[in-house]
Amino acid sequence: MTNPDRPLQIAGRTFGSRLIMGTGKFASGELMAAALAASGAEMVTVALRRADLTGGQDKFANILTFLDPKKYQLLPNTSGARTADEACRLARLGREATGSTWLKLEIHPDPRYLLPDPIETMLAATTLVNEGFTVLPYINADPVLAKRLADAGCATVMPLGSPIGSARGIETRASIAIIIEQATVPVVVDAGLGAPSQAAEALEMGADAVLVNTAIAAAADPVRMAEAFKHAVIAGRTAYAIGLAPKRREADATSPLTGFLNQ
Amino acid sequence: MSFVETFNALPVTALHRYAQTATAAEAAAAFAGRSLESFAALISPAADLEQLARQAHALTIRHFGRVMRLYAPLYLSNECINVCRYCGFSRDNPILRVTLTVEQAAAEARYLQNEGFRHILLVAGEHPHFVSKTFLRDCVAKLRPTWPSIALEVGPLETEEYRPIVEAGAEGLTIYQETYNREVYAAMHASGPKTDFNSRLETPERAYLAGFRRLGIGALLGLTDWRYEAICVAAHIQYLLKHCWQAQITMSVPRLRPAAGAFQPLSQVTDRELVQFVCAIRMTFPEIGIALSTRETAKLRDGLVPLGLTMISAGSHTEPGGYTGQGHEDLHLTKGGHRIDTQGEHATVQFEIADNRSPAQVAAKLNTLGYEPIWKDWDMALNG
Repeated sequence: MTNPDRPLQIAGRTFGSRLIMGTGKFASGELMAAALAASGAEMVTVALRRADLTGGQDKFANILTFLDPKKYQLLPNTSGARTADEACRLARLGREATGSTWLKLEIHPDPRYLLPDPIETMLAATTLVNEGFTVLPYINADPVLAKRLADAGCATVMPLGSPIGSARGIETRASIAIIIEQATVPVVVDAGLGAPSQAAEALEMGADAVLVNTAIAAAADPVRMAEAFKHAVIAGRTAYAIGLAPKRREADATSPLTGFLNQ
Repeated sequence: MSFVETFNALPVTALHRYAQTATAAEAAAAFAGRSLESFAALISPAADLEQLARQAHALTIRHFGRVMRLYAPLYLSNECINVCRYCGFSRDNPILRVTLTVEQAAAEARYLQNEGFRHILLVAGEHPHFVSKTFLRDCVAKLRPTWPSIALEVGPLETEEYRPIVEAGAEGLTIYQETYNREVYAAMHASGPKTDFNSRLETPERAYLAGFRRLGIGALLGLTDWRYEAICVAAHIQYLLKHCWQAQITMSVPRLRPAAGAFQPLSQVTDRELVQFVCAIRMTFPEIGIALSTRETAKLRDGLVPLGLTMISAGSHTEPGGYTGQGHEDLHLTKGGHRIDTQGEHATVQFEIADNRSPAQVAAKLNTLGYEPIWKDWDMALNG
């Protein structure tokens, strides 16, 4: 186990925050930028399908203009892809357009629940790692798949807590615990985290980071909610580093009843 | 097995009756449901519309955020071989007709692109001669290099006929059943291939097999009781979500508008009822797209933005050449499949639009409503 007090490292880069933010669903680019600043996040994912990939500086597809690549590690994502081929094609265009070789690989053929396809993800990850991409794959909480992706050279694994945007928290807790236990790369819990307490829970479990979008973007006050997640992530990681008290069935008096024996 | 079998077995009469008679308590209990029974209760007159709207708003924000995708229709042709009593393009209407050339279509598309649009919907009447599948494929292929997203709303084709159009770059297909009431359908469609109710009903499935990524359906509201149509649309969505599971399903709520032929709606749908329909669909199917065109007024469209819409058009013209005047030199009448030369300024519209705001004005309004207009939300790289 790595020193829990060490900052997050992914693919050799150190991050001061364990919160990664998504950029979808915001009411404006300005609001997204303000929430991002308040979150303390240093890595931000952006949907390539929203961006101009032609190099034409399209003012009607300008999401990238709100993100300073000097300040943030851009993590373009392949949202919308339903096959490995589509994801790879989008990734290559994205690399040309953004200059970033980092990639959040997400392949979900079912637009209803947006659950990731393990087979296509494995295929695409293998290809893209070989092409020099730093691949962070979004996966279901499947411990074997997580190991296979790490073996293939992925920089992290990103298991879902529950379906994207569902705010149901960590429903895959038991499997995520196995993934964390066996991990040789950072584990980022992605999707379904609807409350700061759920983000803290992921960090308390030993996840290295969380990715949050809807819970911040869809909040009545995204900037303050981003700040709330920032604190929750710090709290969760601090608690993990210290070590949580084990759960017990019975009460345990804080003042020991047998203390007199030691006097 | 297709939706036709499912549709034929649907207890639509009982569901329709329930939609008319469900109590307020039954409607309130249906808030958590996802079944057709729940949906029927949600569209009942006794349902609490304000509560429905609140719930629909919350679900829409959660699933789609505070963003709105914008698209524009580009009419390629108003030639049609069908006789549809309600449609301005109906074969026997003595209207000014034209079919754009591929180059003329591209010129119209360039205008829309300058307005900001990156999602385009190519629309045409059904005519195998003027609007051939080759012509449609050529239009898509011409636009592909500059349009991240191309969808079609044209006469139904077979799966094998759709494939080259998908390969050329089309990703979405919209096809309205018009009415799901077989008797009314027969009365409305007097002649032409559109008389085949079942074939039209199966069109989204054929399109899916051909590779379309987005399937849009809907009923033309005003032909029969809207609650009947709503139940059938919901059943159709439910079926497509299961059987065409890799497609994004979208629904529209087109309401009859004044058009050539002066057809009068057979059934009224109030604004309040239209809102209830949208909210009930959102609550039953939180993940589907809901589109609303400029058929509706600015006031209603703006009001519906937070309640479930995901896609709206803006600054639309419903006649070929409407944006830049392309094709005006070729305007003619068509009788018995033959053109009769005549003169005119513009082709005839399919229907009158009710929201005349420019795309920039609609985008500005979205901003003031707290929504980000999204012009590009797809990339051709995603098309298999």
